Amino acid sequence: MKLTPVLSANWGDDKPWTLDGYGEYDAAKKALTTLDPDSIISMVKDSGLRGRGGAGFPTGSKWGFIPQGDGKPHYLVVNADESEPGTCKDMPLLLANPHVLLEGIVITCFAIRSNQAFVYIRGEVLHIVRRLQAAVAEAYDKGLLGKDIFGTGFDLDVVIHAGAGAYICGEETALLDSLEGYRGQPRLRPPFPAVAGLYASPTVINNVESIASVPAIIDRGVDWFKTMGSEKSPGFTLYSLSGHVTRPGQYEAPLGVTLRELLELAGGVREGHELKFWTPGGSSTPILTAEHLDSPLDYEGMTAAGSMLGTKALQIFDDTTCVVRAVLRWTEFYAHESCGKCTPCREGTYWMVQILERLEAGNADESDIDTLLDACENIMGRSFCALGDGATSPITSSVQYFRDEYVAHWERGGCPFDPAASTLFAAAGAMS
Amino acid sequence: MLSDETRERAKELIARYPKPRSALLPMLHLVQSDEGYVSPEGIALCAELLGLTKAEVSAVSTFYTMYKRKPVGDYHVGVCTNTLCAVMGGDAIYDALKEHTGITSQNGVTEDGKVSLEHIECNAACDFAPVVMVNWEFFDNQTPTSAKSLVDALQSGQPVKPSRGADSVCTWKEAERVLAGFYDGRADEGGAAGPASLEGLKLANERGDKA
Repeated sequence: MKLTPVLSANWGDDKPWTLDGYGEYDAAKKALTTLDPDSIISMVKDSGLRGRGGAGFPTGSKWGFIPQGDGKPHYLVVNADESEPGTCKDMPLLLANPHVLLEGIVITCFAIRSNQAFVYIRGEVLHIVRRLQAAVAEAYDKGLLGKDIFGTGFDLDVVIHAGAGAYICGEETALLDSLEGYRGQPRLRPPFPAVAGLYASPTVINNVESIASVPAIIDRGVDWFKTMGSEKSPGFTLYSLSGHVTRPGQYEAPLGVTLRELLELAGGVREGHELKFWTPGGSSTPILTAEHLDSPLDYEGMTAAGSMLGTKALQIFDDTTCVVRAVLRWTEFYAHESCGKCTPCREGTYWMVQILERLEAGNADESDIDTLLDACENIMGRSFCALGDGATSPITSSVQYFRDEYVAHWERGGCPFDPAASTLFAAAGAMS
Repeated sequence: MLSDETRERAKELIARYPKPRSALLPMLHLVQSDEGYVSPEGIALCAELLGLTKAEVSAVSTFYTMYKRKPVGDYHVGVCTNTLCAVMGGDAIYDALKEHTGITSQNGVTEDGKVSLEHIECNAACDFAPVVMVNWEFFDNQTPTSAKSLVDALQSGQPVKPSRGADSVCTWKEAERVLAGFYDGRADEGGAAGPASLEGLKLANERGDKA
């Protein structure tokens, strides 16, 4: 297995966040001066690029849904609200390399005939907001944004918009409500954003990494892109390894590598311990175990393994971690972040926390697991958006693989694990 | 009292969007940069300039965790206690800081008004766990000991440098002004990437791997 740094290739360079460090948007120049919008959409369709924000929807198809000649303004909204637990790829990308996103925005907006883009970035990342603001200002200054870009007559304005702390705004229609100045709550679909999105106008919403992948496709071509990954999941992507792994970090590789291969590169699971469970793409993707080490980390491979590729946020937990504690904490997260619009999610996540607290404390029994699974069944597919569905993933998958560990809690009347043993500083002896 | 400058800045924000109400989130950040929290006066200003009721503005501001109903400290410390950071030591760090500062409630403030404390959700830095944020700058791979020293430095006014961020931490109000959309000229401070961000690239270079 070969690593394929593209988006991360310049992260070690001198000031890659400036135009001097990044370059003069050669791919955007090629797109705007030698290609027409429809052929760009075709190229991105042909490349097979799929959305890197979790759902894996084909990016070119999404662009193709935008009605043309409708006389309405079109908008591009970049989803930089990276908040899915475990997910940590877009923030380092934007810290080091904000211009690759802006160049992707120029190409995308030209293709979908949009003159206005918004980057909705989570608010809790001050320096990354600064880097984006500075990159936008520099691009305007050099004529790479604004009026008559590359002398083509194409105008584009970009606004950097900081959110204010709400995981739900990563859901695309909640993001639109938030960007319109409302509480971030999902909208009923249809109409889909491609028809009636921001200000009821046709809108494309793409993840940071999806848009940032576009310049390389334009620059190096569809065939090159498809030399990486699999037929249905082509290309390169950022895999983020975190937790009990020797060298956590960002590993840019072809889609379809396995966790075994990535762990080998990252020095394996923390010394002296074994892999217990892991998430392929954040907390909303069902957990997997060591038996899935050889499953391809692509959209099809993860579905076949009973999970989802999600955001490729590989959170690694070793044998010191209590799965009940982990799942309780994730459930508290979903309860906190549920926007409250749909009853099953709002009420269900609240009650699941209550039950899991009892389970972790050892004050529960078999019937509580049944109630928990019953609650999951009543949330799954019964809310507007995927937050509720996501909340059930850690619970149902952990009961599937680690039911005995739930039982051990009430048999012992408490948690069998020492939380100190799972910390980063346990190994270094800093706890003593 | 909200300054005249804040009122002017709010109008600037409104002008950036195709529809005025889109400026509401930035305007609430702006209010915080002046008042230190979303004050009743700030809510009234947003309502007045956007043609909304104060109830409509409050309904929005109370939805979002970053908008505070009471003033926080000059340095707002967030400890990630979502699952991965919690397991890696975030819970121990949060407990240590509660004891060290005497702060017992979410968003509570030290008596001198310098430091406030919040347990936060995932801040997209999991490869640097456990993570602590100060005024939304990253402090990576923390321990209870390092986090207590950090808070001591903040309280005594010593300069503090984030792991990945500007050369020093600005005040919470200054941070909120940037988040409102007013750039402070500090993007060139700090490095491009932390060590974990570069692991894959380093290995690719060693092995001669290319896309």
